[in-house]
Amino acid sequence: MTADTTTANTAPESVAQRISTLRRLARNPQAVITASTLMVIVVAGLLASVISSHGPSHASLDAINAGIGTDGYPLGADKDGRDILALLLHSINTSVVTALIGTGLALAVGVPAGLIGGYFGSRVRAATEWLFNLIMTFPGLLLLIVLMPVTKGDFRATMALFGVLLAPNVFRIVRNQVLGVKNELYVDAARVSGLPDRRILARHVLFAVRGPVVIASAFLAGTSISVQAGLAFLGVGNSEVPSFGAMIHSGFANLYVAPSQFAIPSLLLGIITASLVLFGNALRDTLEGSPRKPQPIVTPTPRAATGTSERAEGLLVVEDLAISYESPDGKPNEVVRGSGFTVQAGETLGLVGESGSGKTQTAFAVLGVLPPAARVTRGSVRLDGRELLGLPDREMRKIRGRTIAYVPQEPMSNLDPSLTVGAQLATSIRAVEPMPRAEARQRVLPLLGQVGIPDPERVAGSYPHQISGGMAQRVLIAGAVAGRPHVLIADEPTTALDVTVQAEILDLLHDLRKRLNMAVVLVTHNFGMVADFCDRVAVMRQGEVVETGTTTETFDAPRHEYTRMLLDSILDDTTTRSDAPPRADAPPLVDGPQHTDAPIGGKRTS
Amino acid sequence: MISYALRRLAAGLVLALLVSVITFWLLSYSFESVVASLLGSGATDAEVQARMTDMGMDRPVLAQYADWLGAALTGDLGDSYFTNEPVIGALTDRLGVTLSVVVTALLITAVVSVLLGVTAATRGGGADRAAQGISLVGYLVPSLLLAIGLVYVFAIKLKWLPATGFTPLSENPGKWAQSIVIPVAALMIAGIATLTAQVRGAMIDELRKDYVRTLRTRGLSPRRIVLRHVLRNAAGPALTVLSLEFLTMLGGSLVIENVFALPGFGSFAFNASLQGDIPVIMGVMILAVLMVIVVNLAVDLMNGWLNPKARVR
Amino acid sequence: MTGTLLDIDGLEVTFPGRGLRCRPHQVLHGVSLDVAAGETLGLVGESGSGKTTIGRAVLGLVKPSGGRITFADVDITHAAGARRRALARDIQVVFQDPYSSLNPSLTIGDILGEPLVVQGVGRKEANARITALLDQVGLPVNSAARLPREFSGGQRQRVAIARALAPRPKLVVCDEPVSALDLSTQRRVLELLVDIQRDTQVAYLFISHDLSVIRHISHRVAVLYRGDLVETGEAAKVTATPDHPYTRRLLLAAPVADPAEQQRRREERWRFAERDADRSAA
Repeated sequence: MTADTTTANTAPESVAQRISTLRRLARNPQAVITASTLMVIVVAGLLASVISSHGPSHASLDAINAGIGTDGYPLGADKDGRDILALLLHSINTSVVTALIGTGLALAVGVPAGLIGGYFGSRVRAATEWLFNLIMTFPGLLLLIVLMPVTKGDFRATMALFGVLLAPNVFRIVRNQVLGVKNELYVDAARVSGLPDRRILARHVLFAVRGPVVIASAFLAGTSISVQAGLAFLGVGNSEVPSFGAMIHSGFANLYVAPSQFAIPSLLLGIITASLVLFGNALRDTLEGSPRKPQPIVTPTPRAATGTSERAEGLLVVEDLAISYESPDGKPNEVVRGSGFTVQAGETLGLVGESGSGKTQTAFAVLGVLPPAARVTRGSVRLDGRELLGLPDREMRKIRGRTIAYVPQEPMSNLDPSLTVGAQLATSIRAVEPMPRAEARQRVLPLLGQVGIPDPERVAGSYPHQISGGMAQRVLIAGAVAGRPHVLIADEPTTALDVTVQAEILDLLHDLRKRLNMAVVLVTHNFGMVADFCDRVAVMRQGEVVETGTTTETFDAPRHEYTRMLLDSILDDTTTRSDAPPRADAPPLVDGPQHTDAPIGGKRTS
Repeated sequence: MISYALRRLAAGLVLALLVSVITFWLLSYSFESVVASLLGSGATDAEVQARMTDMGMDRPVLAQYADWLGAALTGDLGDSYFTNEPVIGALTDRLGVTLSVVVTALLITAVVSVLLGVTAATRGGGADRAAQGISLVGYLVPSLLLAIGLVYVFAIKLKWLPATGFTPLSENPGKWAQSIVIPVAALMIAGIATLTAQVRGAMIDELRKDYVRTLRTRGLSPRRIVLRHVLRNAAGPALTVLSLEFLTMLGGSLVIENVFALPGFGSFAFNASLQGDIPVIMGVMILAVLMVIVVNLAVDLMNGWLNPKARVR
Repeated sequence: MTGTLLDIDGLEVTFPGRGLRCRPHQVLHGVSLDVAAGETLGLVGESGSGKTTIGRAVLGLVKPSGGRITFADVDITHAAGARRRALARDIQVVFQDPYSSLNPSLTIGDILGEPLVVQGVGRKEANARITALLDQVGLPVNSAARLPREFSGGQRQRVAIARALAPRPKLVVCDEPVSALDLSTQRRVLELLVDIQRDTQVAYLFISHDLSVIRHISHRVAVLYRGDLVETGEAAKVTATPDHPYTRRLLLAAPVADPAEQQRRREERWRFAERDADRSAA
């Protein structure tokens, strides 16, 4: 209870994350500017009759095409002599009503349907999905226009209809969120805690859904406003209702006479919709974290090696390697600091450590496939005496697959889901040795046989989802050894597999290692696998290699305290539960006849 | 694969049927006012009722729909109330105009978005900022304003292109191209904005997956990994967005055809609904829905080809 | 057996196939087992063995298609709605993944308070109970105001254990509660579970794929293979000298952290495999 209680007291940055969303939003200049722009516009609309002396439909023959700044007509008047400022302000109100109706109805229909469709069984889901697919099939704008005889041109009725047509968007967002949340174990836990469905929906599900819905609302409001403007421009609806679309239409007709009549409403409409979109974007950044950054495949070339005086000899030498990531506050966060080991030809090395010890990062650095955010800050990786850090990707490509190969942890996610196993292996074969596709395809079958797959032809023709996890791992091993590498880096190659399959995969690696005379670096957290497989072992803790030695030595007499702690934590093979179950009606038995009397923390007995 | 295609097609036809029922049912509420406007403002209530009986509009809506459906299945969508022109012929004439604009816009949108999205996701930096900028402009400016802006600059100020009108492809390919440049541009910018963002996002998600790293450790070049593996897996969601874009463009063509005075499907539909020309309205709806279904089917089939898991279901 | 708390008799669970044309898939074909008050029954099996499904059926998260589940002499096989919610007082759960089992947007106090509030415990009493629970699982008292993301995996699992203990249940279903944890943390959490059992006499239905974990926590062990129970018995017996060949294979497959002993095991496993091969060839 020492190591895992410390972090709770040292988490300063998380306090900042708890500050309410509104306050975080207030710190985002884009959100503040767009929100206040919208606010000013809406308030101006509400004060329309105070600001402007004319009514929106008041036409004066004297004012026809009055210019900007004419007395009583600060923005001029249109071709019918109506005050442009008054029209503009009243158009704002029309747009606000439009946005409220369109967005409101989309939410009113989409949110409950999404909650129901996502939370309840597959039949309800299929029914709601079908219904909303039907709505999506309607060509939206066309429907609004052809139903003019029904809506009688009232923009509110039209927008209500449009709201329904927008509902599938909301439905999809909500349903996907709910489906994601529903499978979270905390919802199951709430159910086991005795919470009724409606409380789970309100407390756990709606909570997760509200962010994306708020974001979507900003965009839906923008869409509603521009669609209404488009329809009014076409002349759908009552021409008595002031709207941007109608103003733009009349301004367009009068473009040569008075361009401002066209420009002013266009500008305001543009500002409103753009503000809504930008506000939505700011909202998204605040609620969902910063937008995803692109992921260039090729990592920037790591810094070249820092010269070290004494040079260790070996097939693969890693010396004083350090890797850091930029943390959100801009400071570098070193995840590997001083990792190092040496592997001789044909040797097996276990790289052991707990999660976060940097063992996988070290492996990626050797292969040159660290994610783009990572930086190798110092150290050296040498293969047969040649420095790999600093090599351009083009050169590394010749080494990968041919000299150093890699077997990943999770078999399924490491295969391309949409190509057959055979096609993927053929690609790997051709990458290490250029040859015609047909020839590569022929090489696939013996390769699959080599990794112990009983019917290579069936497997070669299968897609990854059609084969088992153990089979997929064999396929990945086949891909790795296709180029007869000298070093194989296997990163937790059996962790995702069942125990019995795990043993088979380990046997296969044993066998291949001998046949191909490969050196193997086995990255693992499992000391049993190290005992089974490795000649030597390197123990990592918090980015550092704390101990290296032969496997037997390290297991018998660990030098570092951390290694000793890890070895002591292993649940050994002979200690069983020593206390008998207490009986409700009888005093607890001290010793059951079947139990050995060792305490749980007992020593290994070997 | 064939049974998959047939199942999707059957589902699409059921959908078309439902859309036509709902549209007919909604329209049935306006039959009376349509007849009134057909007869002119001087017609009395009794005259309107008589005319409705004449046209069979006093019968249950379902029966009227059954008549319409029966005729429609034989390829007869009735005659326009106002021009007495057969609806099917009038529609197919105008469809050519609309499709040449919409399909051209859709194809360019697809190509440009994939190029922009892939470059943005794989290169990052300046390419990414440029793609994001284009996306943002497309989102920010309503396409109505964009269309008018383009007409103003290229047709009115620079006089490079005709502002309005349409030349059929068969008549003069050069003039055809000129006549659709601005409409196509106006339609596709919003589409490019949406689809580029989609392609970029899907590519970024896909590039983060484990198999990309594993392929790199096999010595494959980044170009091969992107073209052969990543793009294929990112294409599924992008295709779905493309099919939705088709719907949006079909709607957008209503506005665009009006602005540019193109004699298309959209302006025809618009005039028909102003007048309440029921047979034309029904014809427009059913044709539009059939087009949507065909596009969705094509997208589903492509998805099935790209994604082996989708094929089974 | 006297004092039987949970009795599962011939439990069958069938999942509907995906899509219209897929056949339903039976994951449990009649499993019978029982758990006495205050004891730990270890349920061991590989993926697809149905071990998790048994736990979820007991919790009412999947519907059995056959058999009976009796808890404290009451048939709860199809308990739903208010009856199922009333069982929350007696049957609780600790899940495998300490990340997804705690709602990221609720504080630890809210998470622990949830089962108490449902039972109508007052605010003040609930707070006192939460403090006591945090103490019981070895977390600092000020944890209640914090969010799950401020805690490590092992600490989160302690929170999940505290939540399970909140209503003072008679049975906790532990579904792989330590398999997502690091070696050293794993051991401490197991010790905590044993301590709690000694103090509160709660019974555990402890589900795991890892025989060494099962061995350390269980009084009795049941081995599951593809939806059937293949062996049950005292833990010391089943985990050392099992009768069933599958259990033996399971035992030999897990590598031990001792090079010499592991060498011996590997050879034994190979002999075993050869014999199997011969037998299937004959």
